Amino acid sequence: MEHHTELSEVTHHHEPSQGTGRIWKTFWILLGITVVELGLGFLMYAFPDLPTWIVLFLKGTIIILSLAKAFYIVSIFMHLGDEIKNMIMTIVVPLMLFIWFIGAFLWDGNYYRTTRNRYDPSMVNKTMQEPTHKKDTSVNPLK
Amino acid sequence: MMWYFLMSDAFTFGAFLISYGTIRFSQNFWPNPNEVFNAFPLAGHANLPLAFVSLMTFILIMSSVTMVLAVHEGHHGNKKGVVKWLAWTIVGGLAFLACQAWEWTHLITGEHAILSGNAIDVIGQTTTVNPWGPAVHDATKVTAALQNTPHDVLVTLAHGQHHERSMAELTAMNADQLKGMINSAELHVREAGPVAFGGYFYAITGFHGFHVSSGVVINIVMLLMAQRGVFEKRGHYLMIEKAGLYWHFVDLVWVFVFLCFYLI
Repeated sequence: MEHHTELSEVTHHHEPSQGTGRIWKTFWILLGITVVELGLGFLMYAFPDLPTWIVLFLKGTIIILSLAKAFYIVSIFMHLGDEIKNMIMTIVVPLMLFIWFIGAFLWDGNYYRTTRNRYDPSMVNKTMQEPTHKKDTSVNPLK
Repeated sequence: MMWYFLMSDAFTFGAFLISYGTIRFSQNFWPNPNEVFNAFPLAGHANLPLAFVSLMTFILIMSSVTMVLAVHEGHHGNKKGVVKWLAWTIVGGLAFLACQAWEWTHLITGEHAILSGNAIDVIGQTTTVNPWGPAVHDATKVTAALQNTPHDVLVTLAHGQHHERSMAELTAMNADQLKGMINSAELHVREAGPVAFGGYFYAITGFHGFHVSSGVVINIVMLLMAQRGVFEKRGHYLMIEKAGLYWHFVDLVWVFVFLCFYLI
């Protein structure tokens, strides 16, 4: 690849040692994932009328891609992948709490929203986006 | 120990982002990031969603690579290489901070028309208000609101559409003249956005920016120490490795800030 020549120029005292190839490979992977994420994000912007399930699917894909990025940064750049297994476990196992943490709190936020909409319908009218199409201004139930 | 500090820091950022997610899930309406973050320096009012934040992301990934190269040189005891790559990492960090400063300034000083009560107001994004609410499509509502709009707001609105006129010239005009100049269809009037949006945005990106600045300071200290041969005398570059861990963590956090605020 073309960055090998660049590196041999940089490390002029040493021959390109093992490991830098891995670093640059990780860089290209991270850059590639970011470009795909931006592409998906732009897709959602370019087609605002996509069905909800497709939007959710795209967002889910972006989240999974971000987790992949996190994995590469932590295991290659931060060298956690090269540590002994017990060390890895003391870091990763406490982070498992996030699974519960995220699930529980987002559930709670959603519950708050649905409950408020049910018992205070004025909230729905006040905070929902007005429909863009098929506007009927002759009948306005809000007033 | 660095790892355990980073783990605790991960919980702090995690708690912030989850709190943001909870509030977002509790709202019926949340601003679309593509409509909020669509500006680029020197591009005027061009609509460029995601462009600037992509640049910021690229800068941070790039500086992560230069950091890992500095650590790599440290393993080989190559002082020159360490100094060189650390210097590039610092440049990357400062470039990222400069981008963030520009973005914040742009958001705070932005002038966006919102429907406030039965008049139109012009606001930017602060921790308490933001102009990113649902768009007002009802043209009659906008026209009616324009009638109740105070003079100074009319001047700002007219200036937004007629850059060739100076502010002094516009201020001298009366309200009817100004209303005649304003094309209400092009105002893109919105309602005020969810109050929490600005607070979460500035708090979380600010906390991350604070981490970046302290990372830059740490890297500068490492650079000076390496330059003066402290690590060479010590026989190893372990300190560079620890500074590197912190710096990669900052990049890691940005992956999630980027995800939560700009992408989804």
